[in-house]
Amino acid sequence: MAETLRYRDDQPVDHPAVTVDAFVDQSNAQAVRIEPGDDTRELLPHLQRLALVEVNFPAFGDGRGYSSARMLREAGYEGELRAVGDVLVDQLAYMRRCGFDAFEPDQQFDMDDVKAAFERWPEVYQNAADDRTPIWTKRHP
Amino acid sequence: MYKYDQYDQAMVDARVEEFRDQARRRLEGKLTEDQFKPLRLMNGLYLQLHAYMLRVAIPYGTLNSQQMHALADIADKYDRGYGHFTTRQNIQYNWIKLEDAGDILADLAKVEMHAIQTSGNCIRNISSDHFAGATADEVVDPRPYAELLRQWSSFHPEFSYLPRKFKIAVIASDTDRAAMRLHDIGIQIVENDAGELGAAFYVGGGMGRTPMIAPCINPFVPLDRLVTYAEACLRVYNRYGRRDNKYKARIKILVHEMGAEEYTRQVEAEYAHLLEEGVEPPFAELERIRTYFEDPLFEAGAGEEIDRSDPDFAVWVDRNTVAHKETGYVSAVISLKPVGGIPGDATAEQMRLMADLAKDYSFDELRVMHTQNIVLPHVRKADLHALWTALDEAGLGSPNLDTVEDIIACPGLDYCSLANARSIPIAQRISERFAANGKTGTLGELKLKISGCINACGHHHAGHIGILGVDRKGVENYQLLLGGSEAQDASLAKITGPGFSEDGIVDAVETVTTVFERERQDGERFLDTYRRIGMNPFKEALYG
Amino acid sequence: MRLLTGNDLKTGAVTWWTGSDWSIHVEDAADVAGSEDEIARREEAARRVNSPYAVDAELQDGSPRPSHIKERVRALGPTVRPDLTLKPADPEIGNWVI
Repeated sequence: MAETLRYRDDQPVDHPAVTVDAFVDQSNAQAVRIEPGDDTRELLPHLQRLALVEVNFPAFGDGRGYSSARMLREAGYEGELRAVGDVLVDQLAYMRRCGFDAFEPDQQFDMDDVKAAFERWPEVYQNAADDRTPIWTKRHP
Repeated sequence: MYKYDQYDQAMVDARVEEFRDQARRRLEGKLTEDQFKPLRLMNGLYLQLHAYMLRVAIPYGTLNSQQMHALADIADKYDRGYGHFTTRQNIQYNWIKLEDAGDILADLAKVEMHAIQTSGNCIRNISSDHFAGATADEVVDPRPYAELLRQWSSFHPEFSYLPRKFKIAVIASDTDRAAMRLHDIGIQIVENDAGELGAAFYVGGGMGRTPMIAPCINPFVPLDRLVTYAEACLRVYNRYGRRDNKYKARIKILVHEMGAEEYTRQVEAEYAHLLEEGVEPPFAELERIRTYFEDPLFEAGAGEEIDRSDPDFAVWVDRNTVAHKETGYVSAVISLKPVGGIPGDATAEQMRLMADLAKDYSFDELRVMHTQNIVLPHVRKADLHALWTALDEAGLGSPNLDTVEDIIACPGLDYCSLANARSIPIAQRISERFAANGKTGTLGELKLKISGCINACGHHHAGHIGILGVDRKGVENYQLLLGGSEAQDASLAKITGPGFSEDGIVDAVETVTTVFERERQDGERFLDTYRRIGMNPFKEALYG
Repeated sequence: MRLLTGNDLKTGAVTWWTGSDWSIHVEDAADVAGSEDEIARREEAARRVNSPYAVDAELQDGSPRPSHIKERVRALGPTVRPDLTLKPADPEIGNWVI
């Protein structure tokens, strides 16, 4: 595994991430790892004790993690949301928009490519989980 | 038609730079083909049978003369002098080099065009009625809604890695000219009893291996919640669509396996949640887009008279012009189906001519039909003869709209690595057969569609007569299907029996039309006769 | 015999392994039986070819002819546009493909 990229000011959580099933059962767990087939909404009653959510991307083409992330942010989750696994630099901008603020890719990123990825889009069309103003809001202030 | 503002332009320009960077990293070896493939597909770039193929988006099939000229220039500069108009209102170039692709996208961006999301597991080009804005039977022009959805779906951060491709069609009339019910999401803008406009959502249609007609999951979504409802539909699909089997990954399978009722329940729940999240654009945005789709300045009191003394012209008027909402106007269809020609192909020269004719005769607007012809939507009747003369000279004047010669054919094994059999030669031979036997006119409306493989890009399931090319032990073989319809009376064609050779299928098509001529009653179309008498008379004639 | 084929990364042109290089002409293709995976891996890693794979072929008049019609269309060009194929002037080419 390569270096983790993190875009948060707080301290990283040191707890091991357990499965969704285990997390729901263990009242002292603070970190969970969501697999593509998990139902993220099972976590919603427990958000206040969650400090780290890892979303696993076993294959970058499996886009379920994007919905998981966005739904967590919609529910008010403010802890670390980390994309792990087969994450390519070309997915970073969309992942950020879905609420991810940390990335732990299988293969090390080229940091020049990361910078380019985050600076790529001068505007965005849609409302998402980030705080960027959509084009249609800018058109009608 | 819609014009980009600085925001739209900034987005396509950024996309060009992103793709240039991705192509550079691929050529340098920083990206493997497996990593690059989904990225290039999201820019419409396939690695196809002969070379890279680029699919350029023509949003809801609408373009102007400047854009058509640009498409012609691209054909000459980067390809081999022609392009192919597709069954989703797009255009394809077959001989593209990866090292040119960035420049092509930059040339397109200069004329407000792109190849964004014309392939890949994302939301594709949104199609619409090719007579939108011209037909009298629409409740409103559907294209502003298609444009709103185009912007919403472009670079959507949550829905760019779906289980599979996602195709949306938007219409606004009871007559379905966009095969709306055979899309992943089909939307019909409707008017309720109170005179309010809303969107009827049909979800889970499609062709391919398992053709299905979409059920209506909500008959009336208020228009100021259109995007929110679409988002809910997509989220349920992204979360629960199958990812274990590429051939079971479309939303039609999810709706079918879950049941339309359960799928609807989940969408409605997600919709209720998303209404709290503010994903809908301000309604003023739709109103802003609508201003681009107002009627052109029609000439008041334009003449209704057409001089029909030229018999060839008269046939073309009867077959290839369609009634318009405005007195003295028609929509004119330019046939890309010359007898013996390649359906949907146009040379750069032909594109330039069509562009200039649109400028002269149709308020600078053209439409691409999903049946692979081109429409000039607003033509004065007084101009028709001049228009037809120019078209006829250029080989674009075939008077065969919706006849047996107006064949829809995918590129097939001549161009496509997915194909099992060639489709274009079959189309050529069939049109030649009927031009020779002189029956095109008498047979009337006859929608014949040919696919070179089960992926059904030729929409053969929706043909009155459909042909499916298969590989039978390395030899091309053709199955014949009858009774499909892509209109509001949607039905899926049924196979007649054992398949035919290349020669055999042409004879078989002629045979079934002979049965039709024998059995037809009272001005029936082929489809009507088939529905009345059933498959057996055709089977008997084919197989004895 | 087995032929190794793929596409040129930059141009997309269909190419065939000759034994030492990649050619757009299937007549130049060499029999790679036994070493197809090794050659494919090496050549793709060096980016001298994109997405290579091996296909069956027979010798016909001393020249390799792919066994499957799809590969023959790939080798030549679209049957409906002889002018765009590698052998626009050859009247027999339709028979070679089909």
